[in-house]
Amino acid sequence: MTNAISTATRPGRPATSETVRRLPEFLMIWVPLLLSAAHLISFSIWTIWISFTPSTLVPVTGWVGLRNYNAVLASRNWQIAFDNLLLFGIAFVLLSLITGLLLAILLDQRIRGENVLRTIFLYPLAVSFVVTGTVWSWLLNPGIGIEKLVHDLGWTAFRFDWLVNRDMAIWTIVIAAIWQSSGFAMALFLAGLRSVDADLIKAAQIDGAGPFRTYRRVILPTLWPITITVVVVQLQFAISAFDLVRALTNGGPGIATQLPALVVYDLMFQRSQLGRGAAAAVLMLLILLAVLLPYAAWRYVQRRQATHA
Amino acid sequence: MRDRSFAPGRILVYLVVTLFAAAYLAPLVVVVLNSLRTNEEIAQSSMIGWPQHLAWSNYALAWSGFCVAETCAGIRPYMLNSALITIPATVISTLLGAVAGYAVSLWRFRGDNWIYGIVTLGLFLPQQMRLLPWTIVLRDIGLINTLSGLVLIHTIQGLSFTVLFCRNYYVAIPHELIRAARIDGAGFFRIFWRIILPLSSPILIVTVIWQFTHIWNEFLYGVTFTTGQQQPVTAALIALSAAVADIPQHGVQSAAVIIAALPTLLIYLFGGRYFVRGLTAGAVK
Repeated sequence: MTNAISTATRPGRPATSETVRRLPEFLMIWVPLLLSAAHLISFSIWTIWISFTPSTLVPVTGWVGLRNYNAVLASRNWQIAFDNLLLFGIAFVLLSLITGLLLAILLDQRIRGENVLRTIFLYPLAVSFVVTGTVWSWLLNPGIGIEKLVHDLGWTAFRFDWLVNRDMAIWTIVIAAIWQSSGFAMALFLAGLRSVDADLIKAAQIDGAGPFRTYRRVILPTLWPITITVVVVQLQFAISAFDLVRALTNGGPGIATQLPALVVYDLMFQRSQLGRGAAAAVLMLLILLAVLLPYAAWRYVQRRQATHA
Repeated sequence: MRDRSFAPGRILVYLVVTLFAAAYLAPLVVVVLNSLRTNEEIAQSSMIGWPQHLAWSNYALAWSGFCVAETCAGIRPYMLNSALITIPATVISTLLGAVAGYAVSLWRFRGDNWIYGIVTLGLFLPQQMRLLPWTIVLRDIGLINTLSGLVLIHTIQGLSFTVLFCRNYYVAIPHELIRAARIDGAGFFRIFWRIILPLSSPILIVTVIWQFTHIWNEFLYGVTFTTGQQQPVTAALIALSAAVADIPQHGVQSAAVIIAALPTLLIYLFGGRYFVRGLTAGAVK
């Protein structure tokens, strides 16, 4: 036994033939893992480095300090994108939480056809954001979509022109994003509701608590950890949202629905401002870290409490 | 709360879920109906309406007729591109992820925790941080604007997910099983092939569905690293919308959207349980 384990943990030591024999497994384990790890680290450093160079059409060496960052932060494009991200992130996450929780609670009422309903609420997640964006761009287009339908039905004063309205266009992205991914929140909440201790619920009912009270006082408090996970995952999506906006509004009308990921793409591949594009990408990463690092810390504390308890 | 006696409350519950279900289904229904209406019919009324007679020709045009950027071959070549990107990348990344996940969880070697930790960072690193380096690397190795280039990207990036899924599944396998097999003289691949793989079908299905759905639906890399005839179907849909912007052909476009969405929708319908499991496994990380 000791022999078998020692050859396993100390590779290639006894003889060259052993090294050759074990070569395939090292190739299959190490090459992919190293490639993956190396590309993550080196690509991050590479992009960060480009963000400090005066690169425009092609990457060049040189050092311009924070000039690219200042230029991006001072641009109207980025400022609008950042404001939009705040509004979109908060509205989308809150509304999809509420929708997801409501759907989960409704499905938890032992209703008939639960499987069919769950399938319906989750199917948008299987569809690409490009498809979602395209379809919603038709539905929300006042000339051919919902507004036109209502006009044809006779209510000609009806207005629903958010898609082409600078002030409201960002809400069309919120609508489409909620349609696409509130099912995700529902799935996690439903799993959480199903794992609530039945004795806890019974005890509350014996104490005379009605359904609303039981939910508010006993069941919902146990969903906190899931809520935080849902918020973080949805924020991660919001921060890097690209496909959906590209297909739905393409940042328009004008630049009213600009988001950071579109600014990055625009700078890198349409304006050939590689240095600024890289700086915008790093800014996106920083926004993401502002969400993920507190989450990681929270997870760490939770785990430590769990092991100490 | 979970009782069946409170009738008015239950009617309300059914009413609300039905309304929600209708709202979730509405976009799909609208597109399916439009894919069967002629462009003129849609132009005269709106996108939302019942087909007067079924215009199946939309599907023929969408599949192999309409023109994007002076090439009139419909959506078929782009569907083929997507398949040629998605299938190899899914198979290779799942296979490598299973072997690596097995090595990291059951064999343990020096530095395994470190490298696993770094690989899983790939779940969080935004695509935008990798766009420029990938562009340069693909150009240097001559894979820019090729399907192989996208297979390479999706394989390497997919590893973060496949290793995570498989590793988390394999850590639950009792180590005694492996130890006993090692005493009998079985090596790394023999144990993988004989013991681990037969136990793996649930996680392999989850991983394959997850990878397939993600790679098929991916857009940013497709549109950045390929042009024209090399693009995957997501990028082609955007190009189609742009190409017909002046004279919209909503019937044909709807049919194209349905065709493009069909592979992942079918996988979802037939593998829904595994799809949801991947969704939650990906979230809890």
